[in-house]
Amino acid sequence: MIIGLDVGGTHTDVVLLGPGGIERQAKVPTDHSNLIECVWSGLEKVTVGFPADRLERVVLSTTLTTNAIAENKLAPVGMIVSSGPGLDPETFRTNPHYHVVSGSIDHRGREIQPIDPMEIESVGARLRNQGIRQVGVVGKFSVRNPKHEIQIQQILEDHFDYVVMGHRLSGNLNFPRRIATAYLNAAVYPIHKRFFDAVRRSLEEHGLHIPIHILKADGGTMSFKASLDLPVQSILSGPAASVMGSLPFVSGEADTLVLDIGGTTTDMAVLVGDAPLLSPLGAQLGRYRTLIRALNTRSIGLGGDSAVRVANGILEIGPDREGPAMAYGGPCPTPTDALFVLGRDTQGDVDAARRGLQRIARELDTSLEDAARRVFDLACTRILDAAREMVDAINTKPVYTVRELLEGYRVQPKELLVLGGPAPFFASRMEELGPYTVRVVPQWHVANAVGAGLARTTCEVTLFVDTERGIASAPEEAFYQPVKRDFDKKKAVDLALELLGEKALAEGADPGDLEMEILEEHQFNMVRGFYTTGKNFRVKAQVKPGLIGTYRSIINQIHASRDVARQAGSPERG
Amino acid sequence: MMLQAKHTTGLVFFPAFDWAISPTHPEREERLLYTQDQIIEEGILDIDGVVEMKPDMATLEDVRRVHFCVPDEWSVLTQSHLISAGGAKTIATAVMEKRVERGFALVRPPGHHAMRVVHGARGFCNVNIEAMMVEYLRAAYGLERIAIVDTDCHHGDGTQDIYWHDPDTLFLSIHQDGRTLYPGSGFHHELGGPTAMGSTINIPLPPGTSQEGFLRVMEKVVLPILKDFQPQIVINSAGQDNHYTDPITNMNFCAQGYARLTEMLQPDVAVLEGGYSIEGALPYVNVGIILALAGLDYSKVQEPDYDPEKIRQSAETDAHIHKLTDEILDYYGKCAEIVAHNRESKEFAQRERTIFYDTDNILENQKERLRVCPDCSGVLSIDSLTDRGYHIFAVHIPRKACNACLALGEEWYDTVNLRAYDRAFLQDRRNNRYLTKSS
Ligand SMILES: [Zn+2]
Ligand SMILES: [Zn+2]
Repeated sequence: MIIGLDVGGTHTDVVLLGPGGIERQAKVPTDHSNLIECVWSGLEKVTVGFPADRLERVVLSTTLTTNAIAENKLAPVGMIVSSGPGLDPETFRTNPHYHVVSGSIDHRGREIQPIDPMEIESVGARLRNQGIRQVGVVGKFSVRNPKHEIQIQQILEDHFDYVVMGHRLSGNLNFPRRIATAYLNAAVYPIHKRFFDAVRRSLEEHGLHIPIHILKADGGTMSFKASLDLPVQSILSGPAASVMGSLPFVSGEADTLVLDIGGTTTDMAVLVGDAPLLSPLGAQLGRYRTLIRALNTRSIGLGGDSAVRVANGILEIGPDREGPAMAYGGPCPTPTDALFVLGRDTQGDVDAARRGLQRIARELDTSLEDAARRVFDLACTRILDAAREMVDAINTKPVYTVRELLEGYRVQPKELLVLGGPAPFFASRMEELGPYTVRVVPQWHVANAVGAGLARTTCEVTLFVDTERGIASAPEEAFYQPVKRDFDKKKAVDLALELLGEKALAEGADPGDLEMEILEEHQFNMVRGFYTTGKNFRVKAQVKPGLIGTYRSIINQIHASRDVARQAGSPERG
Repeated sequence: MMLQAKHTTGLVFFPAFDWAISPTHPEREERLLYTQDQIIEEGILDIDGVVEMKPDMATLEDVRRVHFCVPDEWSVLTQSHLISAGGAKTIATAVMEKRVERGFALVRPPGHHAMRVVHGARGFCNVNIEAMMVEYLRAAYGLERIAIVDTDCHHGDGTQDIYWHDPDTLFLSIHQDGRTLYPGSGFHHELGGPTAMGSTINIPLPPGTSQEGFLRVMEKVVLPILKDFQPQIVINSAGQDNHYTDPITNMNFCAQGYARLTEMLQPDVAVLEGGYSIEGALPYVNVGIILALAGLDYSKVQEPDYDPEKIRQSAETDAHIHKLTDEILDYYGKCAEIVAHNRESKEFAQRERTIFYDTDNILENQKERLRVCPDCSGVLSIDSLTDRGYHIFAVHIPRKACNACLALGEEWYDTVNLRAYDRAFLQDRRNNRYLTKSS
């Protein structure tokens, strides 16, 4: 049995998943001032009277780190940045305690200028005097050669609680993103650690000795212990949870768009077959562009509660929300109110909804029903337009080989999977308006918690081999190995997969659940003068985001309950 | 603080990681590998106002506006060439449609040694990607006056050949002196054909020229002539083999210099040409050029081993360049007069040349015949025979051909003796026609 728990902005959903599908579920209001209590009360509701030894694990998805970053409630961090020539590193300043130090590594990973240990000691002393406990150390091209980051870390490690090195965050190049990622990682470390220590203590006090896993932005999980090294990976797990929760309902024959229509926003993701697409470089959170592996999601400011108004004779929806729909006592008409006027929804104050839309009808100089229809259609088309733009952006992503340019895969979604409050109402109209088959995710109101519970452990490995320099390295894994001249691409791929398997197991994966794939494999002849002097291999491999295999039966049960609901002909409401 | 480009800049980056002339050739898969690493590591593609674009494919129609491919297009080019030329087109289109202010097509394979007649590859080039882009701009947007400034270390003899008789295209090339480097042409007395003199300008610099020399000819020759010509769009063939670390040339230019040159030139579209110091130069030069295009600070971009004192040009080079700039400006001033004189004194002009295709090892003999027309730049015929025995006859009718030249060109094509040639071609730019025939 697995517990999936998703702490959302307004409420926290918990499910207990077992051979019978969703065996228990609960919803408690989210109390941001006391998250531990809120998590525990949710857990208690689904476990009360349940034998603890039958629980395998609990997977948590929380907005803790995302909110801390969005609200700028971050711990002070000392940043030590070694750049060398290039763009001015001041441009990438993340925070006040940001120090640019000497030292330079080139694109092949060769040391151009050493670091100055005295300089590091003095910056370290200054940070200590300022009461700083967390430090981020980032060097340009540190993923080609992390020597400088390691030297700096060794000088500082005894004097601080936490020193994070840029090359351990991602195998990808991008110095400014590495700086931002290291900064956020160090800045959320204390709250992440405090929160999960408390959750663990709370579980143990109640006799629940079960492993805790955490949902990441890429829709995969990792063990709580592994997350202490890289807490920032837990950002944006909310949208990931919903996407993973809709995966069981994908037909798998075509590409699919997942739309989560909420109160103020609609979040979108794309599935190719049954695998969600990842963002090409990494998550963006507010002003921070990062190297954090994340699902490729897009959010638009349009949801069931978005404010509807007429400006200069033109109908507008959102992006702001002034409150709930008037049907639920809100101040301003919304798309949800339009649904009430159209008779699609009845569980609220229909008269209030009509009063709100009447205002809009007057300004548009039309009938109440027509105004409601126009509001509803505009909401549907705006969402469909944004979805199409997202697909276009994916298909126009640059590629770097002739083969990919000529034969590259084009995403062509044929299906929409919709979840969220107004999902059943939007689904039928979107099917009429667009070229898609539209379906509502069954049990959508707990899809996020189900997604967290069923997501498999994911990770990525980047292997870089330079036979001229005689080295194979995956700095992210602290892996370095000398290689001989006869090293070839097959060996590189095998080595990358081996490292990936080890990493996944260390992060809590089930050995039966390692669906590994090669994302990139490049081989370059290195020629100097007229002779081949070496080979350069670049291999990137991942455990694909997806659902754990052993719980096929859970998914089948949810499917079965959907069929029952369908026969009864009632839209599912949460 | 977010970096924001002062000038929105489009970038097509197409390193063709699966295309090479041969495994150890300078034009191989590895060429832009370290440049890509540097651009990505510097975070340049995340800068607001720097927009990466996916290259479009150029079409055979784009090829046929510029070249006579012998015997046909697919015999002399590959998909990679169409992507490379397409990348240049993508940038130029984005600039014309004001989606970006400027742009840089960082593409390979290069093109500036490809002449109008193409029997194979010369100087690593098969088709001329800048000329294909320029003629596409004329066809799609009706542009007339276009300037191409070629800053590759090798003379852009292909581009020069294509525009030799075109007074509406200013071709300016700065390169290492042809007596010391392939292709051995580009002397400063080469100024264009009888009806287009002054629209080709060559600035051959002595080996060892450094930043001072390059920036001096920019200031004294390139910018004043550009100002005089008043182009609607400025293209930069941005070769990077003038670098002090380049393995196949002998110049002393550097990343700072390339960035400053770009800042002075302010090209609307830059297109990568050569540059074979793939580790020591290209990563830094390209970052410098992109920042200069975007109007961002490039003052801290430099090579790991950069030492301006070690690469400074000699006093002798200084003096040579002073004298050269004066002579070029003097020649340039006399061109209009010479064109007028040509029109009065000649009816036809011929030239005969031998062209060597070093990459494909072909020797071509070319006889060119131009009508020195009083009303237009004149219809042109080319008789071309290779040492492989292939013999063609080609007629080029210019865009703004007068009726007499159009009629004469049609007559030449219609009456060609097909028993004497393997194939005949007509490139009628006025009516946008491309015809071929064989016996
Ligand atoms: Zn060159
Ligand atoms: Zn004429």
